[in-house]
Amino acid sequence: MTTAPQPTKPEPSASGSPGREPILQVRGLVKHFPLTQGILFKKQVGAVQAVDGVDFDLYPGETLGIVGESGCGKSTVAKLLMNLEQPTRGEILYRGEDISKLSGRALKAVRRNIQMVFQDPYTSLNPRMTVGDIIGEPFEIHPDAAPKGERRRRVQELLDVVGLNPEYINRYPHQFSGGQRQRIGIARGLALRPEIIVADEPVSALDVSVQAQVVNLMERLQDEFDLSYMFIAHDLSIVRHIADRVGVMYLGRIVETGADAAIYEHPTHPYTQALLSAVPVPNPEAREHRERIILSGDVPSPADPPSGCRFRTRCWKAQEKCVVEDPPLTVPDVFRGTAGPAEHPSACHFAEEKIVVPRDE
Amino acid sequence: MPDTNPIDPEQGPIAPGGGYGGGMDLAASDAEALEREPGHGQEPGGPTGKPRSLWSDAWRDLRRNPIFIISVLIILFLIFISLWPGTIATQDPLAANLSKSQAGPEPGHPFGFDSQGRDVYTRVVYGARASVTVGVCATLGVVLLGSVLGGLAGFFGGWWDAILSRISDIFFGIPVVLGGLVFLSVVTNSTVWPVIGFMVLLGWPQIARIARGSVITARQNDYVQAARALGAGNSRMLLRHIAPNAVAPVIVVGTIALGTYIALEATLSYLGVGLKPPTVSWGIDISDASNQIRNAPHMLLWPAGALSITVLAFIMLGDAVRDALDPKLR
Repeated sequence: MTTAPQPTKPEPSASGSPGREPILQVRGLVKHFPLTQGILFKKQVGAVQAVDGVDFDLYPGETLGIVGESGCGKSTVAKLLMNLEQPTRGEILYRGEDISKLSGRALKAVRRNIQMVFQDPYTSLNPRMTVGDIIGEPFEIHPDAAPKGERRRRVQELLDVVGLNPEYINRYPHQFSGGQRQRIGIARGLALRPEIIVADEPVSALDVSVQAQVVNLMERLQDEFDLSYMFIAHDLSIVRHIADRVGVMYLGRIVETGADAAIYEHPTHPYTQALLSAVPVPNPEAREHRERIILSGDVPSPADPPSGCRFRTRCWKAQEKCVVEDPPLTVPDVFRGTAGPAEHPSACHFAEEKIVVPRDE
Repeated sequence: MPDTNPIDPEQGPIAPGGGYGGGMDLAASDAEALEREPGHGQEPGGPTGKPRSLWSDAWRDLRRNPIFIISVLIILFLIFISLWPGTIATQDPLAANLSKSQAGPEPGHPFGFDSQGRDVYTRVVYGARASVTVGVCATLGVVLLGSVLGGLAGFFGGWWDAILSRISDIFFGIPVVLGGLVFLSVVTNSTVWPVIGFMVLLGWPQIARIARGSVITARQNDYVQAARALGAGNSRMLLRHIAPNAVAPVIVVGTIALGTYIALEATLSYLGVGLKPPTVSWGIDISDASNQIRNAPHMLLWPAGALSITVLAFIMLGDAVRDALDPKLR
């Protein structure tokens, strides 16, 4: 796992690559889970604001990383994208078509193009099915994706593609290690040749040594199949390794977004800075010079978020303005027109650059 | 309910002879081959010592459990004599010889005679058929009806769930014996079927609740979400993904309930509303013998003993299966 920047990676501008059409556009996505009381006659007493106004674009062939701590709504975003939950408000546009309103045949058709890799390889594979059945299930659900006689061969090809022995086709998931299971999950996601893969913390349940293999496999597959990834994680170093652009989430909102180098080396939002200051630094000398930002308190309840800026209860810069005025996710005025790496959207009234990750040469 | 259990260090690699037939055997011989996985990205360590399936683990536990062995032997014997009672009892259970009324044991009649002068041993053997039929059929009916209704309620939720849960509450509220007295006293059919029908009618909510709960648990598993993300329909998710993973608690409770249904049949027959003569049943014989207990205790003790052993065998089996399927006990 490397924390060094990836010099070989092209660096798209903060707003994405101009000239290219985004494959997925998310606009004003909101998901509130109602809190109800009563058994038969339910009345709503509030709502958990799991996702509260999220916008982003995903371009063909790129990886968008979403980071944030537990409970910030990352996984809910993934479920909304997969249509496993219905959004309260907002749009999810796949090639211009709002997929959150689809159902039946049209939804099934769209599902072929957006697939998911799950977090826990121990619960995402049905223990009663063989690997061949698990990876072959997409073909059974979409019979036109592969003719019947060819399915077994296709499954074996997929096993080969993810680096597993094609002869394992008749084995059960419990006969595999965590990393191997996650490869099976990836093979299932690839079966329908999707354009987008939503990966919800795909490596956080794995050993560190295996994480790198799975992430590298995903990078290789991205090149091979021209995939777009929406890569959700709480591990900042992994996201930096794989992502082209990064969005930082806090309490249901994206607080800062931009190219990976801009976010990691020139963060302007205090929450991003605090997150980055917690990343382990392998270089002991650099470690001594860096500043650790320790946030006090817990994440506020998403059922009752603070007024104004959602981060203000834990922010060391919070002032009166933060209580009253909700900072929009735009390029802060101080950086506008500087054309520097700090010129990227950041939802803070008092955004300023602070280098928190020491550069190790 | 988690389907895999944590790694058991004592379990070693993969023991031969587990469930899943070929799959398991293959694993044992191929454990090393897995380590030599070709191509990119090798994980350290193959699948050795990895969790096995719930069913093969349970089967391995059960085979070593003496309670399971004993109860299975008793049950197999019961099934055998209820299918072919003539093989061990050569006399006619209805043949009466009033001169022998309430007589004690004598050669050829080891358990003695009842009030009508019928052979008690023969009647005990023939009585197994009624008990086993009622127990097995009532359990099958309850499990089928209860798991279908409860499973659908758990899967779809919402109004269907709310209505079904309230209906099952109503049936839970009916006292079984009182309900039996009222319901079965108006039935004139003397076969086992009204009794079975009554038990299914009152028994399904118990299984429905358990099935509902385990379907709700299974429904939240990632692999069900994965199937939905692939575009799977409700029937595929229910039949392929949820049902196989939610069935274990239903089997356990059904096995235990089987014993109690046999006891309930005897209770209802004793009260005169269950099976009726000329059907041979332990409950009827216990009922007849109960007022002669001082004169001829053997008339009561043999059918009552047979009933107790049968009920005990099924409850022991259920208990053993529950222990084997409960991951928390590992």
